[in-house]
Amino acid sequence: MSVISRSIAGSEASASPRTLLDELHDWVVTVDHKRLGIMYVLTALMFVVVAGLEATLMRLQLAWPGLHIVPPETFNRLFTMHGTTMVFLFGIPIVFGFGNYLVPLMIGARDLAFPRLNAFGFWILLFGGLLLHFSVIGGDGLYGAGTAPAIGWFAYAPLTGRAFTPGNATDYWNLAIFVTGIGTIATAVNLVTTTLTMRGPGMTFGRLPIFVWVMLTVSAMTLLILPPLSAAQIMLLLDRYLGAHFFDTQAGGSAIMWQHFFWFFGHPEVYVLMLPGFGFVSEIIPVFSRKVIFGYTTIVLATVSIGAVSLSVWAHHMFTVGMGAPLNSFFALSTMLIAVPTGIKIFNWLGTMYGGKLVFRTPMLFCCAFLFQFLCAGLTGVMLSVAPFNWQLSDSYFVVAHFHFVLVGSLLFTIFGAIYYWFPKVTGRMLSERLGRWNFWLLVIGFNVTFVTMHVQGLLGMPRRIYTYQADRGWEIWNLITTLGVPLQAIAILIFVVNVIVSLRKGEPAGSDPWDAWTLEWATTSPPPPYNFEVVPVTTSRRPLWDLKHPDDPDGPHE
Amino acid sequence: MNAASMVTVPATAVPHAWRGRIGILGLILAEISLFGVFVVAYLFYIGKSLSGPYPKDVLDVPILATICLLSSSISVALGEKALHRGEVRRAGLWLLVTVLLGGFFLGATAREWHRLIYVAGLTIGTNLFGTTYYPLVGLHASHVIIGLVMLTLCCVFAWTGSLRQVHADRVEIVSWYWHFVDAVWVVVFTVVYVIGR
Repeated sequence: MSVISRSIAGSEASASPRTLLDELHDWVVTVDHKRLGIMYVLTALMFVVVAGLEATLMRLQLAWPGLHIVPPETFNRLFTMHGTTMVFLFGIPIVFGFGNYLVPLMIGARDLAFPRLNAFGFWILLFGGLLLHFSVIGGDGLYGAGTAPAIGWFAYAPLTGRAFTPGNATDYWNLAIFVTGIGTIATAVNLVTTTLTMRGPGMTFGRLPIFVWVMLTVSAMTLLILPPLSAAQIMLLLDRYLGAHFFDTQAGGSAIMWQHFFWFFGHPEVYVLMLPGFGFVSEIIPVFSRKVIFGYTTIVLATVSIGAVSLSVWAHHMFTVGMGAPLNSFFALSTMLIAVPTGIKIFNWLGTMYGGKLVFRTPMLFCCAFLFQFLCAGLTGVMLSVAPFNWQLSDSYFVVAHFHFVLVGSLLFTIFGAIYYWFPKVTGRMLSERLGRWNFWLLVIGFNVTFVTMHVQGLLGMPRRIYTYQADRGWEIWNLITTLGVPLQAIAILIFVVNVIVSLRKGEPAGSDPWDAWTLEWATTSPPPPYNFEVVPVTTSRRPLWDLKHPDDPDGPHE
Repeated sequence: MNAASMVTVPATAVPHAWRGRIGILGLILAEISLFGVFVVAYLFYIGKSLSGPYPKDVLDVPILATICLLSSSISVALGEKALHRGEVRRAGLWLLVTVLLGGFFLGATAREWHRLIYVAGLTIGTNLFGTTYYPLVGLHASHVIIGLVMLTLCCVFAWTGSLRQVHADRVEIVSWYWHFVDAVWVVVFTVVYVIGR
């Protein structure tokens, strides 16, 4: 309460001219979930540009056989930093940033349960990210120039042992990710507590927006899966500095153990990133189909069961390790099982669109592309879950293509949809529809040019993480096409940045509810005041705003 | 808004105390996961050490320390209940008893480590037993230390008169954390001193 009254006092005092320093100071000391959410998203966007540039360099290097655009050691560092940054410093902050911003607004709360813990979570994540990138200067410590880590984003033992990666680069990776993990756990605790204890009047579990259900699920998952990574990282640190033997095979330790611990985190992590994407889609598609979401209960159950099953699929990353037939079969079957709830969701979204009055604004365009691309991603996923097929294609570009279809073709597209959808709420101004369409079409074309062809290289046997390749393998034309898609995507991102900057200054004023939507965040002004709602609206159905706009025909009786 | 508020509204208001409780339960869930990995590593490496010393040669079962730690769960619960009733002095005394019992446990761990390192010659780098034993027991001991710091603070506040009945909900959160630390010890004890020995 005191926080709220202070912010109100702050806005009254702003009659006197405020300097840039005042403004910055406000952002640094803020505990407001909306400002922290914005900072999360901006942090994520900053890191996605860095990681995108790293990918661009890699694609240039691979565009044609025998190129030497970057040295081989640099190439290893590039793919390590690209993967690590994308997962831990883009994926996690953008997902939890949206959760931060939207969950309290959607459930009719004034802030998260622990606002200061929230600020702690953000800042420690940001500084963890900076620590990782400081390795570029400080990675080798005192002797010699700095380097980034070159161990791959999953940092397999024994490559991470002192004998194979001397210097401090690996430690920067280890500690930076450990530190960001602490921040993520703090935020997950916060979101779970907020959703369980701070729902507004009438906001029962059966009426929670699907995005809130999703964030509840992924936060609970985060609590279960991130600590094992932290534990494994503590073990690695003990191995490297105190001479422990957790992953040291010469003393009887097991390098495979790292793989188990890492993927026990690593695979559910994919769902922690992807489920919020499903949440965005489940909010956007109904609004632009002018229809209630089809099968609310089914989507919620599918979300929770994806979360549950995803905890038992991790070793499908390890089919080539030689786990034996029983384990291989178990993980192959559990991985196929996860396609069931996921497939249900696709039919839910299609069912929502079926017979709807479709409005193809930019957010909806991104969701439609998501449906196609996610279906492809899911199908290659089921292919890879077949262990013998996986033995052929593990560690090939087919795998790279598969998970980029998930993380770019699905997650990034839903994130763009979400940004176009909620930007008016956050800033009070609409993004330009014209630039949005350019952004969308260039990204769709660029993405598919790059990543559809990548499947082919994989099927032709091109292993991932190679620095260059010989000319007679039949890979060169496919690699060239893959690289040609990159500038299209880069231009799309550039257009997006221009769109944001232009629209912030000259965008059409949005009003509180530009899309005629139904969830509570649209009931308050754009941007919302620090206290979110003057009077918290009473929720009477899954579409509280519909009930307010149409008191003659409320939703409740139809649910 | 008036039209909507006339519809029957199921109550969703959750008492404020549950924020802290859900928060600490979330943290405890994460901690269970953290400990789980060290426990799995310990179990996996039982009997795989390439050289001695082996657990059955050097480990003594810390029965007295375990009794102390487990009974400190009772004393912290009594302290927290007393504070809920407004008996600050009594609460402070029970918290002090908890700190002393926890301190004894920590002292026993320190003595055991000293003996293992200097007499038995077992360090974290000696063999897989040392590699898994020190991190698992040490992780638990570090949680005991954090709990002791929080409990000592509560004691000091009770002594200075800053701790009042209104703070009972917060002391309750500390007590939940302490119960967790005790429960983990039951698991660690079973794994290290019963199964592993």
